[in-house]
Amino acid sequence: MTETPALAKEGPSGVLVYTTGLVLAVILTATSFWAANTSLLWAPGVALGLAVLAIAQMGVHLVFFLHITTAPDNTNNVLALAFGLLVVFLVVAGSLWIMGDLSHNLMPAMPASMPMHH
Amino acid sequence: MNIAIEIGQLAGEALPAASEAGPASKRIVAGFGFWVFLLSDIIMFAALFAAYAVLVNATAGGPSGAELFSQTSVAIETACLLVSSYTCGLMLLAVNSRQRGAFYLAAVVTFVLGAAFLALEIREFAGMIARGATPQASAFLSAFFTLVGCHGLHVTVGLVWLVVMMAQVAVKQFQANVTRRLLCFSLFWHALDIIWVALFTVVYLMGIHS
Repeated sequence: MTETPALAKEGPSGVLVYTTGLVLAVILTATSFWAANTSLLWAPGVALGLAVLAIAQMGVHLVFFLHITTAPDNTNNVLALAFGLLVVFLVVAGSLWIMGDLSHNLMPAMPASMPMHH
Repeated sequence: MNIAIEIGQLAGEALPAASEAGPASKRIVAGFGFWVFLLSDIIMFAALFAAYAVLVNATAGGPSGAELFSQTSVAIETACLLVSSYTCGLMLLAVNSRQRGAFYLAAVVTFVLGAAFLALEIREFAGMIARGATPQASAFLSAFFTLVGCHGLHVTVGLVWLVVMMAQVAVKQFQANVTRRLLCFSLFWHALDIIWVALFTVVYLMGIHS
């Protein structure tokens, strides 16, 4: 029941899937490079915009190149991906939080300790 | 005891109905296993990214990213890797339809683009080192060379793997185990491109912008 349509779909539409992915990825990459160089945008927001564009492009790569979809035979792959993303988030956000806190606590200590010597 | 046996029997009866299709094919199992490896690799890169983000301002009076990075070079590298990811997908389609000519063409294009990416990256590294921006110059540069160099090392391994796969197809044609390896290779190559997306955004574009 499921095999024949999937096999029949593999031929010409496979190229179409990859080409769609390539076009979307090129658009997102070009937008990233443009956003990093333009002076039209509000400068403090650019970093956030770049992050959003990168995450969107990674999503495009996952769906169109790696074929990670929400199809029922793909549940294991999606669950593994979800767990991987959780660990990635914990590692990156946790490191930045802890190290940011550390330098926040250390930096003012130096000027604050100055008056102590007087 | 009795209850345990009964539950066991119930589970035993329920099992065939739950998996009517039988065990998953070896291709799906191999793909899943390799996907789990790739996720662990991505987690390793996440640790390197975290280290880079923490150390990005620790330039120790040395050059910062904005002074070192060339955007043109990064743009060409990005284009090379993106198009090679696309031709890698076409290569897998050629494998699935058992077209040897198309497979070799796509594999060679993928290899050449990957090699061009690597050559540009090595040239960039050599240029930085020639200007005194060596890995031991500052914590920022240590983190930069570790992160980008680790990605470059993965690309090198991928290129070697691709040559091995071309030789295997030449000798063994499209045997089941060869096509499974090609599937794993394409997953590896696409994953490297995903990591590069994070890399050029976080390291280069944000580095140039700030």
